[in-house]
Parts: sequence; structure tokens; C-alpha cells
Amino acid sequence: MKIIECPLNGPRNAQEFVFGGDVINHPNPHLISDDQWANYVFIEENRAGVVQEWWCHVPTAYWFIAERDTVKDEILRTFDPSEIYKERIDYNRPEVEAQSQDTKNNKVGEVNSTNKETGSSI
Amino acid sequence: MAFGLLKYGLNPRFQPKQFLRDSKDLKSSYDVVIIGGGGHGLAAAYYLARDWGITNVAVLEKGWLGGGNTGRNTAIIRSNYLTPEGVDFYDESLKLFKGLSRELDYNILYSERGHFTLAHTDAAIRTSRWRAEVNKHLGVNSEVVYRDDLARMVPLLNLSEEVRYPVLGALYHPPGAIARHDAVAWGYAGRAAEMGVELHQNTEVTGIEVEDGTVVGVETNRGRISCGRVLQAVAGRSSEVSRLAGIDLPIRSVPLQACVSTPVKPILDPIIVSGSLHVYISQSDRGEFVMGGSTDPYPRYQTSSSLDFMEGLMGHLLELFPFMSEMPVLRQWAGLADMTPDFSPVMGKTPVNNYYIDAGWGTWGFKATCVSGKRMAETLATEKTPNILKPFALDRFRTFDLVGEKGAASVGH
Ligand SMILES: Cc1cc2nc3c(=O)[nH]c(=O)nc-3n(C[C@H](O)[C@H](O)[C@H](O)COP(=O)(O)OP(=O)(O)OC[C@H]3O[C@@H](n4cnc5c(N)ncnc54)[C@H](O)[C@@H]3O)c2cc1C
Repeated sequence: MKIIECPLNGPRNAQEFVFGGDVINHPNPHLISDDQWANYVFIEENRAGVVQEWWCHVPTAYWFIAERDTVKDEILRTFDPSEIYKERIDYNRPEVEAQSQDTKNNKVGEVNSTNKETGSSI
Repeated sequence: MAFGLLKYGLNPRFQPKQFLRDSKDLKSSYDVVIIGGGGHGLAAAYYLARDWGITNVAVLEKGWLGGGNTGRNTAIIRSNYLTPEGVDFYDESLKLFKGLSRELDYNILYSERGHFTLAHTDAAIRTSRWRAEVNKHLGVNSEVVYRDDLARMVPLLNLSEEVRYPVLGALYHPPGAIARHDAVAWGYAGRAAEMGVELHQNTEVTGIEVEDGTVVGVETNRGRISCGRVLQAVAGRSSEVSRLAGIDLPIRSVPLQACVSTPVKPILDPIIVSGSLHVYISQSDRGEFVMGGSTDPYPRYQTSSSLDFMEGLMGHLLELFPFMSEMPVLRQWAGLADMTPDFSPVMGKTPVNNYYIDAGWGTWGFKATCVSGKRMAETLATEKTPNILKPFALDRFRTFDLVGEKGAASVGH
């Protein structure tokens, strides 16, 4: 992987880019348990295969999404995040009633907990 | 001398030892199945047999013994870490390493060299002092040295101030050592096999059977095996294997590259690391300069090497050791490092009963081969986590009790 196709700047040298981790849905911290938050912060899919990731073109500070095969180390497709994120997302503290829900534990590394809210599939 | 060698070589008492018998069939069941025949898996097998008399054990290795990161690392052994938990843990390993050749009756070429972590900024000097104080407090020999000491102790080092990042001082750790990594794997494998442990190469685990939250067997390319307990020690494949058991890990698999020069006569005794310049170098007993840096910039399941790495490494290394410009590079390679967010390992129990993990060894796990093997064997045998392993439990990522070793492990492996 020497050249990366930047949706904004076209094909550029791979050294101009930095990797920003899997594309995962940022949960609303006010709505989930501490365990689920820990899961979101630390647990990685780390899949051998095709994944969706954030990449940044550093000279233009432009963030975009890439579909990459981590075994072949090939980028299959890059696109602007607006393809997925159509509207602004706020993480406001919900009304008091809503807060009481979902205090169940979801342990880090729990059996079959494979990325529920924090899953990389969007 | 030549005659003495000949006499020794032809003496029937000193035959080469053959520890890998012709490959046997897998049994249908074992008390313990160890996934991964790297140093960690093999050491655990050895200590299970030696310390706990558990010998109905199979080590399953998808390639060849020691062919993973164990045979690819740059073999630095030291205990000058930053956290008290880390210092205690790695120091136990260093002590075991010192006696390992004798214990295994197999020469691992343990060679104490002294280890310098160079500091090029005030911030790095401060971290060096911090590490030295923690180390000394726990009985580990470390001290901060400055330019005049370095001029005397490492005469080859370029101390000019006319460079991009002049050297201000260093953290000096006299016990820092290197060893022959393959010999560590082979030594443990040989002794474990003598005590009855089965070593199966070309045997890949492809599935893990969990019933009611307890592991009961593993699926392999050579058939199914029932087992009492499982130890997973597969380094760069940790996430993919643990996923088979339904366990998620805080790990990313990132390639780590290294290279060696052609061999020359001994000229550089100590191990030199620069965290700021992302390089380290030592000279092996064969005379090759062994060099490396930090991991590749992004994760991937590949072990190819790159020109980017070589350029980045040499750009800085030539500043520290200008004579290296005349050294040809002989080989370049990579391993797949299982990186954790806090640069500390993940060891012990998992949410699946009887399924134990030894992972997150990243760029720093060779030096831990002895202690992790010994203590993981203890954990499997007694079903209790020894105190020395407790800080490294998988659960720490749920309670935010991280063991931050980035300052001591990200470059100087
Ligand atoms: C270039 C480089 C330099 C390094 N330098 C240092 C250093 O100077 N000091 C230091 O302390 N550490 C260093 N390290 C880190 C160190 O090498 C590793 O942390 C350590 O060797 C890990 O040992 P292991 O036994 O856990 O893994 P490995 O030796 O990688 O063994 C894991 C084994 O599991 C097998 N396996 C994987 N999947 C399966 C499956 N499904 N079924 C069966 N078998 C499977 C693999 O084939 C492999 O043989 C370095 C690493 C690299 C890559």
C-alpha cells in the first residue's frame, strides 16, 4: 500500500496519511453502563479481512473512511464520511426518565459480547 | 584445540539430541491444550510438567516451533520498566533467564551487555530519572548517566551537538542482556518433550468448543480434541483465535520490523536505544548489528518489510553511529505484534471457564518468556492467579486499571 486514493485530494503518497481506527458508532455515554463505555474505549475488532477505518490526510486535515483488506493490505474503496453520517449527532444528557434504563453490565471480553453498540458494522 | 574438538565431536557420549520425534497422531483428549508453539506456549508446557507434574499436554503449532515472533525478535532482555508492577514482573523473568542455560542444559547464549536508553530532551531525562528511582526502589540496577559518562562508556556514540537531536544523557541499566531466541524455544521444547509433553507442528486450531461457558474441546486441521484446559499463546493471532471462543480483546495486530547487518568483529558491547529517534541497536555474538524501531504506522495481518522502515531507521541511526553508513544490511524481516493500549500484556483467566490467555506481548514479550510460562503454568495448575500476574488481568480494561508502560516499551523492546 504505497498510494492512497484520497476522496478530497486524489491519489497521494501513503506517508501523507494517518490511521484513525475502526469506524464504530460512538455510543451516548449518558445512556450506557460503565462497562459498555470501557468496551467502546478499549476493545478492538482487529479482524483479519475487510474492515472499515478512519484515515486522515494530514496536510489537509481531512478525515475520510477507507475499506481495507488487512490481510492483503489493500484499500478497496475510500469515501467521504457524509456517505454514512448524514446528520449531526449530539450526545446530550437525556431526560431523567430515560436515564434509569440500561444499567446492566456488559463486561469487557464477555462471552459473545462481540460489539453490540460498539460494533464496527454500521 | 583442533584435536580436542575432534575428540569431543566424535565421542558417542555427545550425540546431537533429537527432541522432535516423528509426528505422532493426535490423541482424542488431553488435560491441557496449548495453542501456539512460540516461546510462551513452550515455556508454559515445560513448567506445567516440571513444577506441577502435568504432562498429558499437547502444544499445537500451526507452523513450526518458534517460527512466530519468538524467532523474529531482537532478543533484548531487561527489567528497567516504569510501573512497579512491570518492574517486578520483568525482573522475575530476567532472573530466570540468567539461570536458563543451566536449567535447560541448553546454551541460550545469554549475554549481559548493559542497556542505555538515550535521552535527547529534558522530558526524556525526567522520564529516565523517574524510571531509575522506581527501579532502584525495587532493587533493580538503573541509574541516569550524562554526556561525560557516555563518552567513556560508549566511545562509538556520536555526542556531537551539531546534530538534529543531540544526546543529553541516558538511563543506564547494567543487567540489560541479549540471548539466542531460537535456543530459548528449542530448550523449553526439548525438556518439555522429555517429560512427556506432545509437540504437534503443522497443527492449526480452527475452532473452539464452548459449552455452558466452559471450554470442552478444540477443532484443528487434523481433527477434534477434547481438553480440560486451554492456554492460548498466539501473539499476533490473539484476536482471531480468541474470537473462536467468543472473547473480545483490547488488542491490535501491528507489524514490527527489524534488520541485521553483515557480521564484523565485536565493536559495540552495550545495547543502545533511543525512544525519541525510534531506533535501537546491539551487536550479536555472531557480530551482526541487530537493529529495529517502533511498530509500523497501522495494523495489518502481514509480515512484509518495507523501504519506509529502513529509511526511517537509518536516517536516525546514522546520526548516532555514523560508521554504520559503511555497513551493508544483510536481512530485513517483520513479526506480527499484538499491541495493547497500555503496552502491558494480558494474562490469566478469561470469561470462558478453563480458557486461559497469554497475549498482548506486542514488541516486548521475549524477555517475559520465562516468567509468563512459569506463572501461567501455575495459574492453570492451581486455578488461582498469582499476585505477580494480577495487575495484568483482562479485566483491568473494564475497571480502567491500566498498567501504562508506553514510556518504557514502545521503542526499547
Ligand atoms: C521484530 C521484533 C522485535 C522484537 N524485539 C523484542 C525484544 O528485543 N525484546 C522483547 O522482549 N520482545 C521483543 N519482541 C516481542 C517478542 O518477540 C514477542 O512478544 C514474543 O516472542 C511472543 O512470544 P509468543 O510465544 O507469545 O508468540 P509467537 O512466538 O509469535 O508464537 C505464537 C505461535 O502461535 C502460532 N499460532 C497462531 N495461530 C495459531 C492457531 N490458530 N493454531 C495453532 N498455532 C497458532 C504461531 O504460528 C506462532 O508460532 C519483538 C518482536 C518482533 C516482531
